Amino acid sequence: MSLKKISKDQPEKFEFNEQSLEAAKKILLNYPKGKEKSAVMALLYIAQRQNNNWIPLSAIKYIAKFLNMPYIKVYEVATFYSMYNLSPVGNFHIQICTTTPCMIRGAYKIVDVCKKKISEKENVLSKNGNCSWTEVECLGACINAPMMQINNDYYEDLDIQQSEKIIDEVLMGKKPKAGSYRGRINSEPENNRKTLLDYKNA
Amino acid sequence: MLKDEDRIFKNLYNDLGADLNSSKKRGDWTNTKDLCEKGRDWIIDEIKKSELRGRGGAGFPTGLKWSFAPKEVGSRPHYLVINADESEPGTCKDRDILRFEPHKLLEGCLIAAYAVNSNKCYIYLRGEYYNEGIELQKAIDEAYKDNLIGKNASGTGWDLDIYIHYGAGAYICGEETALLESIEGNKGQPRLKPPFPALVGLYGCPTIVNNVETISVVPTILRKGSKWFALLGKPKNTGTKIFCISGNVNKPCNVEEEMGVPLKDLIETHAGGVVGGWENLQAVIPGGSSMPLLNKEISEKITMDFDSLVENKSGLGTAGIVVINKDQDIIKCFARIARFYKHESCGQCTPCREGSGWMWRILERMAKGEASREEVEMLFDVTKQIEGHTICAFGEGSAWPVQGLLRNFKKEIIKRNNFDPLIKSNKDIPYLVDQHLLEKDNAQNKS
Repeated sequence: MSLKKISKDQPEKFEFNEQSLEAAKKILLNYPKGKEKSAVMALLYIAQRQNNNWIPLSAIKYIAKFLNMPYIKVYEVATFYSMYNLSPVGNFHIQICTTTPCMIRGAYKIVDVCKKKISEKENVLSKNGNCSWTEVECLGACINAPMMQINNDYYEDLDIQQSEKIIDEVLMGKKPKAGSYRGRINSEPENNRKTLLDYKNA
Repeated sequence: MLKDEDRIFKNLYNDLGADLNSSKKRGDWTNTKDLCEKGRDWIIDEIKKSELRGRGGAGFPTGLKWSFAPKEVGSRPHYLVINADESEPGTCKDRDILRFEPHKLLEGCLIAAYAVNSNKCYIYLRGEYYNEGIELQKAIDEAYKDNLIGKNASGTGWDLDIYIHYGAGAYICGEETALLESIEGNKGQPRLKPPFPALVGLYGCPTIVNNVETISVVPTILRKGSKWFALLGKPKNTGTKIFCISGNVNKPCNVEEEMGVPLKDLIETHAGGVVGGWENLQAVIPGGSSMPLLNKEISEKITMDFDSLVENKSGLGTAGIVVINKDQDIIKCFARIARFYKHESCGQCTPCREGSGWMWRILERMAKGEASREEVEMLFDVTKQIEGHTICAFGEGSAWPVQGLLRNFKKEIIKRNNFDPLIKSNKDIPYLVDQHLLEKDNAQNKS
């Protein structure tokens, strides 16, 4: 359970646009009749994507109506899960994994880079308002530590210089190239592969 | 070392491509129909004979779990749910299966669904794995197009629909009943067991929940025979397993190895050794953050399988190996793990919700050397009050790493925190007041 800051500036109205509505209707087909409630997580996610990476309270109301659920139930879900942003995070939401496997490989150095370049405190927008950073728990790429996630993409095997470069690009509004920053292929041991060698050379 | 031909995940590093054609070349989907035609009982019996144990952490025998599903479909449909909510710190095996071997998973889904009489399968994927989800959806679309799943899947006469359900960043949703709650559109808080999901699960219907890796190895086991699988590894700990080796090693990697492989082999051969040499090793977490650590002496000769790790007061868990060398502050490492559990506790049971925060705060102070001597015992007491007093196994998962730390590094902790308690004489202070919250001056006045 995580602490959630709900934005003070709330837009009055929220409605799905055409694209979101189509996606929402498609999601509803995944679940049995009468169990439409199951789609609430996906719909919150769609709302978040439509509304520049965060979910306003009006969207929670809208989804509650859409699924015929009590408002509080949707609110409960939106505040329980850590991936729903309830206040603006900017175009680029930078999440740095700092759980132990990443920490012992220097994740806090990347946090320092973010502090220096974006904002002193986490969840605070950068001066130009296009990104923010936050410490998160394990993102499931421990062998590629230290790593961070920007919106949907993973940036792996980082060091200080590379994270500075990535964040500079983000601050300029560009999307950096995702993947490993040490040129390694997926999760293989670099230059130390002992297995499946026939396939590698095939 | 395991021979390459015995490896199940031949595309673990994506040398061969993850698409349907490449997967077929590796043998996926070749005779799914024949396998299913041998019947439900045969499938379940083969899996039982192979002694496959669940790869998600608890190590429950898979064949046995499947046999709990009702034999006939009654008024309620059956469901198969795949747990792809991989978020145990140190574990990243499912990510590579989803990215590079999605067809092994899908074929496994069909066979498992057939075996437990289910027409619907949900894959609960953690929300952060957005790109992996896209790869998986691509594979699902390919499989539908090729009639491998859908109506009359692979010509078996069985209908199967597979859907992805995205999670949204809650570790607790890896617990099977919390996962089901989450699919139902609630916050992910575990349910009391019994009733077990096999009888009352998703939407109140019989549901089998399995880990990604467990399901992905099923087709290969049936194809090569349960005997082949059972001969690998050790008795009761059979087969192969993907190990994730992270932390202070030279070449962190995922590697598939036989169960019962010596830990030292994994670290030295595959992961290129400990940073600073084996002598620089401080501790190893063998199975994801919720398993107690192993000290250097035990790490030297331990083999990686369920039973030998339990004998050494730890567990295989998800086989996410985190190596910690002597350059790291071990107390700080575990304070960070305690913070993880504090953050991820769902808040349903008081011992876990409050206790995980207590453990974190005490450990933080211990790392800084601000705790008192007595608090070491107090910390142990807290872990004992969480363990076994919660609805789900999260309580154990948060308490065990701290217990492991206290068992192995008590001397270091006491050395750093060798102070008298702040409040000496006033014994009326209630149990477990966070002493650092009291102002030091006030505390001294009281003594």
